[in-house]
Amino acid sequence: MNRSNSIWSSVDWVMIALFLFLSFFGWLNIYGAGYNFEQTSIFSFSNRAGKQFVWLMTALVMGFVILLIDEKTYDILGYVLYGVMILILVATPFLAHDIKGSYSWITIGSMSIQPAEFAKCITAIAVAKYMGRYEYRLRTWRDLVVPFLLIVVPMLIIMVAQRETGSALVFVAFLLAFYRQGMSGLVLLAGILAIIVFVVTIRWSILPTLIILTVIFGRGAWRLWHKPLVHKVILTVCFVVYIGIACGSSYAFNHILQPHQRTRIEVLLGMKDDPAGAGYNVNQSLIAIGSGQFLGKGYLQGTQTKLKFVPEQDTDFIFCTVGEEWGFLGSTIVLLAYLGFILRLITIAERQRDTFSQVYAYCVVGVFLMHLTINVGMVLGLLPVIGIPLPFFSYGGSSLFGFTMLLFILLRLDAARVNKLH
Amino acid sequence: MINDRFFRRSYIIAGIAILVVFIYLVRLFMLQIVDQSTKQKADSNALVRQIVYPSRGLIYDRNGQLLVFNQPIYEVTVIPREMRHHFDTLAFCQALHIDSSYFHTRMAELSDRKRNRGYSAYTPQVFMSQLSKEDVSSLSEVKFQFPGVNIRHRTLRDYTYNAAAHVLGSVGEVNQQDLDRDPYYQIGDYSGRDGLERQYESILRGEKGVEVLMRDARGRIQGSYHEGELDSQGTAGQDLTLTIDSHLQILAEQLLGENVGSVVAIEPKTGEILVLASAPGWDPKTLVGRQRGPNYSALLDDPRHPIMNRATQALYPPGSTFKLLQALVGLQSGAISTATLYPCSGPSSTPIKCTHNHGSPVTLEGAIEQSCNPYFWGVFRDILQLHGYGKNNRDFRQMYNQWRDDILSFGLGSKFTDSDVPNQVSGSIPSAELYDKFYGKTGWKAITIRSLSIGQGEILVTPLQLANQAACIANSGYYITPHLVRTDSTQRDQLSSNAPSKHHSAVSTEHFAAIQQGMHRVMTNGTGRWYNVPELGMCGKTGTVQNPHGKDHAIFIGFAPLEDPKIAVAVVVENVGFGATWACPIATKIMRKYLTDYCPTSAAPVETNETNKHKHESKQ
Repeated sequence: MNRSNSIWSSVDWVMIALFLFLSFFGWLNIYGAGYNFEQTSIFSFSNRAGKQFVWLMTALVMGFVILLIDEKTYDILGYVLYGVMILILVATPFLAHDIKGSYSWITIGSMSIQPAEFAKCITAIAVAKYMGRYEYRLRTWRDLVVPFLLIVVPMLIIMVAQRETGSALVFVAFLLAFYRQGMSGLVLLAGILAIIVFVVTIRWSILPTLIILTVIFGRGAWRLWHKPLVHKVILTVCFVVYIGIACGSSYAFNHILQPHQRTRIEVLLGMKDDPAGAGYNVNQSLIAIGSGQFLGKGYLQGTQTKLKFVPEQDTDFIFCTVGEEWGFLGSTIVLLAYLGFILRLITIAERQRDTFSQVYAYCVVGVFLMHLTINVGMVLGLLPVIGIPLPFFSYGGSSLFGFTMLLFILLRLDAARVNKLH
Repeated sequence: MINDRFFRRSYIIAGIAILVVFIYLVRLFMLQIVDQSTKQKADSNALVRQIVYPSRGLIYDRNGQLLVFNQPIYEVTVIPREMRHHFDTLAFCQALHIDSSYFHTRMAELSDRKRNRGYSAYTPQVFMSQLSKEDVSSLSEVKFQFPGVNIRHRTLRDYTYNAAAHVLGSVGEVNQQDLDRDPYYQIGDYSGRDGLERQYESILRGEKGVEVLMRDARGRIQGSYHEGELDSQGTAGQDLTLTIDSHLQILAEQLLGENVGSVVAIEPKTGEILVLASAPGWDPKTLVGRQRGPNYSALLDDPRHPIMNRATQALYPPGSTFKLLQALVGLQSGAISTATLYPCSGPSSTPIKCTHNHGSPVTLEGAIEQSCNPYFWGVFRDILQLHGYGKNNRDFRQMYNQWRDDILSFGLGSKFTDSDVPNQVSGSIPSAELYDKFYGKTGWKAITIRSLSIGQGEILVTPLQLANQAACIANSGYYITPHLVRTDSTQRDQLSSNAPSKHHSAVSTEHFAAIQQGMHRVMTNGTGRWYNVPELGMCGKTGTVQNPHGKDHAIFIGFAPLEDPKIAVAVVVENVGFGATWACPIATKIMRKYLTDYCPTSAAPVETNETNKHKHESKQ
């Protein structure tokens, strides 16, 4: 059997169909969001939809090329790519101009690239390579030190040097892959508990936080009554750490977070009602979505988004346009398409035969799930405003290329798996 | 499969994804289906309903001469928010011919929310209003230099002539009552405040249109919504054609000059009012635009009450002009015939003396010609006593009521309810009950109310009623409701008013010839002879009415020509003296002008009056 033919027969076409649906529907909505009732062609390079079309075509070519590249390339070049990536990430703030407070864009000629968008993919490869080593077994927490470092390093660079909190946060998604490989679920729960402690302390006071912690750890202590001493020590340390988090929450909130981040959280938690100021984006976003009602106002007929009441309407707030113009029906279809997309990713991940592929696949699952959750949660006013794109929907070449790479490398790995069966 | 030990975790991960999407779907359901308020919020965010003002109907006179039209006025609006950057205040002030201190004061006023409650830095605020085309011309050339500055236009009324102010009325901003009464109006709208502008408001105003415009987040207009699907262009108001003859109206106002009084002329066959003049009046142009407020207050404060339309609102005893009706009712009742004679003892007559020198006894026509008071006292007395006094004065009172009804049938004592003439008052012909109240049922006799015989006493009429009375006599017994607008049927439907209808007087046609002859003799031999134009067949009756406010009121009613009356006229000039001297010349000039389009001394009525007055005073 001809090798290249077999790739096309074994590639997951359902996935590609979902990818095409989401990115083309996204492109239509970018045109809708930028449309100001003065008709310019959807293909005109002068508007954002025209540019997005060019990038979409480029992304398709990129996906095609990736499917042709031997899957072993990534395993072989994993660390090299990672090293280069770290260098670029470190260099970026020195080359970048200040764009809305972040230093994450490198301008080459007329093009701007955001290296952080590609860092997710390359970090996933590096993590997969490390955990996919023949001798690697995830038995104790020590086995997770290196994978943790692999994700924390780019995360810190992006957060501290590039000031892109949103992009950095996405790296947390890799924990999902660790979890699937056997990392204790307690780590995820511990993370969730930390968020709860933070929110409760900020929103109300430290007292309810202490009550919650005492109940949880008291119950833990009861269960560990007959366990070895070391468990009790760990539990006590954890308890102290959480008390520390609780005590530090206010300080972190007031001194470490930047003022705009602080107000975004305050608005979300209902501590501040400021529809004209900090709450403006979200308030207008909710009005836009709500006014779409069941069937929406119709394509290109949304007033809220067209008339720029919703800022960032073709990038981070693109889902508004969907809500306003396509209504509950359209929004549901888009959300279900994303759900289908993620469930399909999980199915693909589960059918991988080697750890490298599976770890990589779950990294992909994590990244997409994280983006969907944070982006839509923000637009729906359920999560604080954190500026990350909605995959395939939001305007922007870098993010589209980044997601395309992430997805098509997985598709190539998956197709190769089928080939190995033959 | 690898890592089977943790295989179940894939379900947990899938479960997390499903849970997240489920939560978001619930949230979407709440926002889009359950919460209905966002739709409205979105609309109030993005949609601006801009009123399209229709052009108000024009007003023409009976000859198609344009009387009232619309002039464009301009408003300069500013969007303060957009003026922040690169705004050359100095150049802006120069373009508007204002100094910079005015600019800063005005901007401070605009942004003071106590005084300007609708202030928003993002929406257009009226910086200067009611500017003429000249005022804004230099700004409009360089407007592009000033971000946020716009010029809007609306219309104000303008007038061809300084005439007929009372008839036309004026247009001003709607008040609270209008807003409460009619949901059509919004604050800042204009409506007819008085006169025909008010009477025909619903026809003249047209129908406002609306443009639904989209406004972006910075308040800038971004074009029309749904490509204008919800817009309506509005309907222009319908034009009105008046029955007024503007040249005759102007002449009448000139003839009244500085005097206080009024002139009404009616085309007898149609009831069309040719002239409805009241003096003093005002220049209608002064009640327009920014000057309207102060000018209107000044008119209200004027002790001569120029606001009052004397032609329809001032009440006068009809004086000697009432003798005509007295004679007609006398003939109709059978109390007299055309051949009836009454003696006259001149100034020594009782109970009412005669003020004119003539032979005795006099005939009916002669009595009209000479305005003989004793004759008409005789007529009045004989009407009332036709059946004696009867038990408890019953027959006398019945006859009085009969007499009153006959008088009322000439259109006196009440408004013309089927007429479009605004601001009418009823006037009064006293009822028997009124005298009962004064004197008791049996306490009054003909002699008690003798003043009524010569149109003095408790009788009060308006000049419009006098002119209508003249028209009714000219028509030999009927009048058509006097009206001001030649309405076509559609307009009448909108007003739900009837066509001017024919009203018959209680006096039969055959009795009018003698009265008309008498009136003709007034002009040829009697009190009107100095101003007669013989070839025009003029008929008339003068009146000089005593009143407690100074000199007598001069009154004249008449029509011409005798054979085929084309115009009936009533003139009242307050506190000047004899009707023959002051009112008659005005009336004859009006009739002459109307019938021949010639008026010898139209510009100088007062001089004519003065010279004639000295010439004839002794003869009256």
